[in-house]
Amino acid sequence: MIRPDWHIVEEWIAPRSRVLDLGCGDGSLMTHLIDRRQVSAVGLELDDDQVAACIEAGLNVIQEDLDSGIGDWFAPMSFDFVIVSQTIQAMRHPERLLADMLRIAREGIVTFPNMGYWRNRVQLGLLGHMPFNRALPNPWYNTPNIHLCTLTDFEALCDELGLEILDRAVVDSARRESALLRTFPNWFGEHAIYRIKRRVTGLK
Amino acid sequence: MVIASSHSVGVVQPQTALFTAPLVLDCGRSLPRYALVYETYGQLNEAGTNAVLICHALSGDHHAAGFNAETERKPGWWDSAIGPGKPIDTNRFFVVCLNNLGGCKGSTGPLSIDPTTDKPYGPDFPIVTVRDWVNAQYRLMRYLNLSRWAAVIGGSLGGMQVLQWSISYPDAIAHAVVIAAAPKLSAQNIAFNEVARQAIITDPEFHGGRYAEAGTLPRRGLMLARMLGHITYLSDDAMRAKFGRELRSGQVNYGFDVEFQVESYLRYQGTSFVDRFDANTYLLMTKALDYFDPAHDCGDDLITALAPARADFLVVSFTSDWRFAPMRSREIVRALLAAGKQVSYAEIESNHGHDAFLMTIPYYHRVLAGYLANIDLTLEPQAGIL
Repeated sequence: MIRPDWHIVEEWIAPRSRVLDLGCGDGSLMTHLIDRRQVSAVGLELDDDQVAACIEAGLNVIQEDLDSGIGDWFAPMSFDFVIVSQTIQAMRHPERLLADMLRIAREGIVTFPNMGYWRNRVQLGLLGHMPFNRALPNPWYNTPNIHLCTLTDFEALCDELGLEILDRAVVDSARRESALLRTFPNWFGEHAIYRIKRRVTGLK
Repeated sequence: MVIASSHSVGVVQPQTALFTAPLVLDCGRSLPRYALVYETYGQLNEAGTNAVLICHALSGDHHAAGFNAETERKPGWWDSAIGPGKPIDTNRFFVVCLNNLGGCKGSTGPLSIDPTTDKPYGPDFPIVTVRDWVNAQYRLMRYLNLSRWAAVIGGSLGGMQVLQWSISYPDAIAHAVVIAAAPKLSAQNIAFNEVARQAIITDPEFHGGRYAEAGTLPRRGLMLARMLGHITYLSDDAMRAKFGRELRSGQVNYGFDVEFQVESYLRYQGTSFVDRFDANTYLLMTKALDYFDPAHDCGDDLITALAPARADFLVVSFTSDWRFAPMRSREIVRALLAAGKQVSYAEIESNHGHDAFLMTIPYYHRVLAGYLANIDLTLEPQAGIL
């Protein structure tokens, strides 16, 4: 099954790039990118079952806890793209990861569930309970998603970290495109997908 | 008689390969001729693309799987992983395991006759290094008419041989499986080896290594060395789980006899080892460990040392292994990544300490099996490396 954000990620990745997938799960996205973009890919993953699944799929995977830092593993600029797909909201320190990932790669691609999506707002603002739906399928007391944010929040963090947003796309789970989605992304985007890099500082 | 299960390679006979071309060693000396004893499991395919080499650790030998006799009770040292349907699947691979040079299980070593003196080498057997072993293993590969290993696999000191293979013969190894290893020993590792050596050397029955001529054995020294080794192979947790503070007779006797179960275990391990292992070989093996440091000749830069490698790598470590802790495997993985190699790394949760690499741990075996199953055997063996 293709996840809603994958086709956009695929479009942004140049053929034959070196790609690092942080929190790569069973490696399906890496396989997808290897098939479609002939990339060379490495994944990082903590879960035993997922690591084994990657190895069984013939993928390169490093078993590691993303929260313990990735800076040690990779030399600066050793990748063209680092992807963090649906993972950043589960990290203890998303801001450290964002800074680290753009030290080891030219560009980063980040996807996450948008807390500002109208359904989440209705559930919290009108119904008065934590969002619980397709994109956020866990109850508040037992969820890996400890750092949810909206598009606005994410963009503010990028700005603070000196990161430049190169591209932004939003989708809903059905991958529908609509005028609403384009005009009010922070209301109607269920998932956000960003392409970011380090801002070039004006050295004189 | 042992009832061979369908997952056992069954009864196997060791074979011997004789080499008459001198082998120049790192220490500057050379062996004019030597023998390597080995076992094989499974069938070599027609294209010759499915050969796998197993490298043994400190006290291992060529008998990695199956039984040497129908009456044998214990199978080879890595029978948990080698056999039909096991991770190193003998239905798919032709598996070779040898006793390294300097060994005491049939390959030329301190117990062998020195052709220049017609007496056993004893302590005069040259110091051998991991690189020397790999050079000898390469000759065995040629002797077996193989041009390339689909994989070279080893744990601990065996993993060091795998690393050396990838550096010394990059075209002759397609996949490198490095388990519970380190890129070089730490000062603490060397310290443990030194205590083990001193235990042997200072045994009054050692006679400068010429104990055979004196008609004796440094039993106490070798036993102590093995007891010490065993402590470092197990984790604190594993020892607690296995023995706790359990007393053999149920009460303390206020003396120095064996009282705690752990003492009994260590003494048993020590004394049984003396009957099957040679003290001079033990000394040689610990030195090979100490000297292993492929980065040394490359300005202490492991990345440069691994640059020639062309193999794909699987690196595995175990969480409770403090002899070669996960940190040491991570050093290897980081260097491989920085050198641009294809590498996967799995860190196996286990409380068995260093010994875990010999155990049947489901996740560990799943990773090993999964990795090996992906090895492409349709590739033509590399030509032109004769």
